[in-house]
Parts: sequence; structure tokens; C-alpha cells
Amino acid sequence: MATDSASDGPAARKTILKTLEFDTRLLGMIGAFVVVCLVFNVLTDGRFLTPRNIFNLTIQTVSVAIMATGMVFVIVTRHIDLSVGSLLATCSAMMAITQTQFLPALGLDFGNPLIAPIAIIVGLATGALIGALHGWLIGYLSIPAFIVTLGGLLVWRNVAWYLTSGQTIGPLDDTFQLLGGIGGTVGTTGSWIIGLLAVAAAFIAIVQARRAKIRHEFPVKPLWAEGALMAVSAALIFGFVATLNAYEIPVRVLRRSFEARGETMPQGFTEAYGVPFSVLLLIAVAVVMTLVARRTRLGRYIFATGGNPDAAELSGINTRLLTVKVFTLMGVLCALAALVASARLSFHSNDIGTLDELRVIAAAVIGGTALAGGIGTIYGAILGALIMQSLQSGMAMVGVDAPFQNIVVGSVLVIAVLVDIIYRKRTGEL
Amino acid sequence: MAARTDTPLVEMRDVSVAFGGVKAVDHVSIDLYPGEVVGLLGHNGAGKSTLIKCLSGANKMDTGEILINGEKVEIHNPRDARRYNIETIYQTLALADNLDAASNLFLGRELITATGLMDDSRMEAETRKVMGRLNANFKKFKSPVKALSGGQRQSVAIARAVYFDARILIMDEPTAALGPEETRMVAELIEELKAQGIGIFLIEHDIHSVMDLCDRASVMKNGKLVGTVNVADVTDEDILGMIILGKTPAPAS
Ligand SMILES: Nc1ncnc2c1ncn2[C@@H]1O[C@H](COP(=O)(O)OP(=O)(O)O)[C@@H](O)[C@H]1O
Ligand SMILES: [Mg+2]
Repeated sequence: MATDSASDGPAARKTILKTLEFDTRLLGMIGAFVVVCLVFNVLTDGRFLTPRNIFNLTIQTVSVAIMATGMVFVIVTRHIDLSVGSLLATCSAMMAITQTQFLPALGLDFGNPLIAPIAIIVGLATGALIGALHGWLIGYLSIPAFIVTLGGLLVWRNVAWYLTSGQTIGPLDDTFQLLGGIGGTVGTTGSWIIGLLAVAAAFIAIVQARRAKIRHEFPVKPLWAEGALMAVSAALIFGFVATLNAYEIPVRVLRRSFEARGETMPQGFTEAYGVPFSVLLLIAVAVVMTLVARRTRLGRYIFATGGNPDAAELSGINTRLLTVKVFTLMGVLCALAALVASARLSFHSNDIGTLDELRVIAAAVIGGTALAGGIGTIYGAILGALIMQSLQSGMAMVGVDAPFQNIVVGSVLVIAVLVDIIYRKRTGEL
Repeated sequence: MAARTDTPLVEMRDVSVAFGGVKAVDHVSIDLYPGEVVGLLGHNGAGKSTLIKCLSGANKMDTGEILINGEKVEIHNPRDARRYNIETIYQTLALADNLDAASNLFLGRELITATGLMDDSRMEAETRKVMGRLNANFKKFKSPVKALSGGQRQSVAIARAVYFDARILIMDEPTAALGPEETRMVAELIEELKAQGIGIFLIEHDIHSVMDLCDRASVMKNGKLVGTVNVADVTDEDILGMIILGKTPAPAS
């Protein structure tokens, strides 16, 4: 019969974690990440957790992390995309030949400010079209995603090859390269401003969530818990900005840039990189994708379809069209990842994005996306990408042989899924 | 009993559905008037669910037509059915297990704010209201419906069907997972909806509920319609005879 409401009454004995409404899975992932970082820091005599390495780790993660957010939606709807690395290569090739061949042939010479935006639009359109094609084959022609994208893995890798005749294409446009990471950063002051804005946004989000709950007379957390949440988010954001701001531009690089402007560098002049534009792009992608997942109908339909495709269909959701949308989104994100990856290299190469499908799927799955569908988070996938990248660069710094690196990464993927299955059984969640 | 002078709310004429070689529904015609409850009876596998799924847009008909208020309509998918204010409680409940009660209740018809984003708190508040009427013991608004008992899940499915001003309600074994008290609440709900002029197709195995709640009963056997009777004119044994033997009682309607 009637049990008392769990939200009030003396029966409700809550742990601090519950009061804060923290996600235990998220805490577990953060814990794993911290352990990985600390272990490598010890093994490398403190070289792992330097501002320089953290900066590099961050910009190396961006491309895979961007694609992993899209892979969450793909896997949540019970599909898979094995073609993301190859799709990235085709988008990268399209952007590279647009800026080095098509546009110059049309009279837009090197350095023209229109080159970067046009190349990016061409790349995004390429990704969207190929993604939509995949989605149509899967949704409307009912070919399993595994097969469509396994075919795509081979097709798009070689379309990229064909487009570029197997040549490396570069150097890419200077403006275009700004999104590569070290080639384009906001600088110290800009980084602090962005940090402040981020903290303000976090505070507003927390306050608004509380107001909405009060308005509908739902139970709210105690004020101290909200305060603690704000303090933790502020500390994390400012800590991240401070770290990136602590990585100083090498003196020789600074001197060269002064010389390029025909000036001499003052004695003792220093400058730091700050937040890279590519990281801002990843943050923007993360915010938009989280908003889509949680607050839009599209996101609700993605999760409903993953949870029970028949129920979604009976509720009037057009699940075929939904599949097209999900894969189109995946294609667009591959194009963004291609932009970051090729800008970071400063050229398009034939093997760009090779094995990224493995990294992207691993990031999503390590980040808690259930292969059975219906469950997954954007922040989890990004954290998963960060964990994968930390493992890989950590091992490289320690001097682990290349074959062993890959053996470890592959094993971690399998073990992560096992841990996830055990965790879900324990908590009774799916 | 509803007045029979006007046109029926729903008419399904000569409906057939085959799955491979199995004739799941074989030239069946049934109808429904406003404010009427028509029971649909028959053994498991008789074709009841398949028949009503043609009306809710989940199945395609091989032959036959559907008329609503005397006009022929085309129902090809669940969205079409919703446009004609047809709501369905499926035997399988058709819930997304990973979502909470409010998300399921509003699935496909989410409330949105002025900015075009979903208004989750309003949806939850509305869900609390309607669940308060249907099943006052229901408290698990934040959990995915996977974590709910069979009865609670059934309440969510019922709430979804009655929330959106249905004119035609299809209930496929709505009390299968419910306890006696919840079953009584559903019976009261059916009376209330009937009084509002809603037409209800009720698939139900319990013969006493049928005798209590239904105005007419249509009995199916092996995909064929055995017959339709006025419940007031027959005994429960007559109806059981129709279900088991496939024979209409002497004073057939
Ligand atoms: N999707 C389907 N595919 C194949 N056969 C089906 C399907 N749905 C129902 N059937 C068959 O149609 C017949 C009628 O089933 P159903 O309508 O569920 O009966 P009832 O609801 O009266 O128990 C059964 O023989 C069943 O096996
Ligand atoms: Mg049935």
C-alpha cells in the first residue's frame, strides 16, 4: 500500500552524495581519470601534469571528443558508426583541396579572408551529405548500420585518397589553422574573461534550475549543497584556465613573431597561450549537444527510440527520419573534427583519422553509453575521450612500445565495458 | 445505452489482416457509438489486438475501410490516429523504459517553452496532476519507468491515453497487471470517460468486468467475428458460449 513520499519525512536518510544529486557514474569516471593522471605523473617524474603536457593533452583530445558526442546519439539509437575516421578524411580532403585548388582557380588567392569560411562550409556540407546518405540507407532501406558504415569505412577512406591522388596537401590557410590548437589561442586575458563567463553561466544555470523546481513546488537541495556545487564548478573552471595560462610561449617562438613584425622583443618579455580556439569549439559542441540531448524533442526522441523503438513508433515518432537526422549530425561533427585535426597538422594527409572509429566508439562506451541503447551522456563521452588520450600519451611519455600501447588501449575498452555491465547489474539500471 | 439514431463514431468494415499465411483478422466489421463501451472478447490469438491496431495506426489493413463519424478516413500510422483523437493503451504498454513517467506521457507531444525547448517541469507537474487522479499512490516521478511495478507502468500507459482529450479510446487489456483496488479505479475511470461521450473499445478477459462495464460485446474466434450482442440482452454464459464454441445465442442482435 501507500508508502510515504521519499522526498520528505523522517524515513528519508540521505547521504551527502544524494543530497548533492551527484552522479556516481560520473564520480567513478573522474576517479579513473585522476588515477590515470597521478600514476603517469609518478612514472614520468612529474612531467605528465605540467601545464605544457595538459595543454597538449587537451588539444589532442578535441577531434575525437567532438566525434564522440555524436557517437553517443548513434549508439543510444542502437546503431554504430564505423566510418567516422574515414569520413573525417574525406571532409579533410574536401576542405584541403577547396582552399588549395578550387578557390585559387576561382581567383581567390592565398591569404584571402574568404578562403577559410568557404572551405569550412564545404567540409560541413560534405559531412552532412555523407551522414544523411548513411542515415537513409540505414533508416529507409533497413540496411544494418554496422554494414553501411563498415562499407563506408573503406569507401570514404579511398574517396579521400582519390580526391587528393594520395598526396599530402598543405600548408593550409592561416586563418583555417587557427582552429588547430597551438596555432590559435585566446591569450591570458581573454582566457580569464572566458573563465569568468563560464563561471557566471554555471551559477545562472544552478539558480535557474532551483527556481524552476520551487515554482513547481518540487523538493530542492539545501542551500549549502547548491553553494558547494557552485564552489566546485568555479574551482574547476578557474583551475583549468590557470593551467592553460601557465603554459608560456617559448622565447624563440616569441622572438620570431616580433621579428616577423620588424620589431625587437623587449628583455624579459613573456606571454602564455591560454585557452585554444579548438577547445572553445569543443566546449560549444558539448553545450549544444547536451542541450539537444536534454532539452529538445530531437534528443527526447533519440533516447525514447533507443529505449524502446516500438514504443517510439507507436507514439508517432518518425524513427526512420530520426535515423537520418542522427547520422547527418554525426557527419557534421566528423567535418568539425576534420577541421580541427587537419588544422592541427597544418596539412591534409592520407592517413588522417585512421583508427579514429575505434577511439571514438571507445570514448563513448567508456563514458557510459550503453551499447544496448537508450543510455548515454555527452559529458561522459568527452571524459571518455580524455581518459583514452591520457592513457595513450602517458604511455608514449613513459616509453611503452607502440604495439603495447595499442594492446593496452584495446584491453581497456573491453574491460571498461565489463565494468559497466557489472555496475549496471548492481544498480539495477538496465 | 447510447442513442442509435445518429451515425457511429467509428465503423470498421470488412477488415482483414494476414501475417504470412496466418489470417489474424478475417473480414471483421465492428462499430462504436459516442459514450459507448464495446467489449472485444476472444481467446488469446483470436485477433483482437491486431484488429484494433488497424484503428490506432500500428498495423496496415489488407482489406477493409475505417469510417469516423460516417466519413472514410485513411490511418497509415499512429500520427494519423492521434489526429482523429484516437488514443490507445497497448497490451504491451509501449513505454520507453529508460525515460521517466512524464517523458512517456508526453512522448511525441512534448510541451515546449517559448524558446522551443522542452518544458520538463511543466510536463512533470501535469503528470503529477493526472497521476494523482488515476493512482494516488504513484510517487516515482523521477525514476525511469523500468524501475516501476507492473501496475505503476500500466497507470502511466493509461494516463497517457486519457490525458490528451481522446474521443475514441482503445484499451487493450488495461487491467492485466493491476491489483483489485487499481482495477476498481480503472472501472470508475471508464464510467467517467463514457459519461463524457467518449467511445471506448475495451479488450478484457474478465467476463464480470465485461458485464459491468460494456454496452455491447463483439466476440472473435480464429480471426473471425462470431457476433456482436447487447450485453443487457444476454447472460455471461451466453457470452462464454460465443467465446468457447463460436456460436451466437438464439436472440442474436
Ligand atoms: N506482428 C505479427 N507478426 C506475425 N504474426 C502476428 C503478429 N501479430 C499477431 N500475429 C498473429 O496474429 C494472430 C492474432 O494475434 P492477436 O491479434 O495478438 O490476438 P489477441 O490479441 O486476440 O490475443 C495470432 O496468431 C498471432 O500469432
Ligand atoms: Mg492481444
